[in-house]
Amino acid sequence: MNHAAQESIRVPIRKDTDLTVVRQQVRALAQRTGFGLVQQTKLVTAASELARNTLLHGGGGAAEIRVVHGQAGAGLSVSFVDSGPGIPDVDLALSDGYSTAGGLGMGLSGSKRLVQEFEIESGPDGGTRVTVTSWADPYSVGHGVR
Amino acid sequence: MTSSSTIPVLDLGGLLLVSIQGELPDDAAVSLQKDVTAAVANTGSRGLIIDISALDMVDSFLARVLAEVAASSRLLAARTVLVGMRPAVAITLVELGLSLPGMDTARTVTEAAASFGVTIEQTDRPGRGTS
Repeated sequence: MNHAAQESIRVPIRKDTDLTVVRQQVRALAQRTGFGLVQQTKLVTAASELARNTLLHGGGGAAEIRVVHGQAGAGLSVSFVDSGPGIPDVDLALSDGYSTAGGLGMGLSGSKRLVQEFEIESGPDGGTRVTVTSWADPYSVGHGVR
Repeated sequence: MTSSSTIPVLDLGGLLLVSIQGELPDDAAVSLQKDVTAAVANTGSRGLIIDISALDMVDSFLARVLAEVAASSRLLAARTVLVGMRPAVAITLVELGLSLPGMDTARTVTEAAASFGVTIEQTDRPGRGTS
């Protein structure tokens, strides 16, 4: 494989059907980046949860999907950005079963378990950016117990 | 792109079969829930088989819809059997914290129907294989 050019896609999240586009784009890029089926499925599922949060809690926004290269090799990083009210208490929002939209309360906490890296930037003043990163080969150097 | 549920609900004579094909937008999932529950009531079926073998992803929203379909069907005296979940989907759902308790599962539609005492003649449908 040649060195991949900096690949990046931005998908607007304005309506329900945009979630489908986010899922499809994440899957397509994950496949091209060499993700195995389980890793792909986990990342696509996390992306689906987070894109829905962007729509329901953030009032819409966008997903930014990009190929990244780290110690563990190639990976995919997806950011979900909105300019909604923000998350006042990130720790609370990340606890299992906590829901403000009548869901199962597993979206945010669950998606954290599906990826290798998870970062939330949000404040009481509004706007949220959630970034998740998964590696094509999560068991390679730098991401194991060592 | 504003179509509601276009997922057919087949009546196999006392058993309902729903095969979810490919991508399912949220609004389609919600209308599926209404359609299926209405079909259970209208047909008086004692079983509902939901085939999700075509789905390459089940997130918490869809898992909730499936669990609610099963719960409302149970109140209508029908048992729901979920069929054909892909291994990667199963691993992901469990890691997500959703193991869908209260839903019976089966490998194939034939196996699910057999659990209701209904035999389905198997036309040579391309199997999901073991790979």
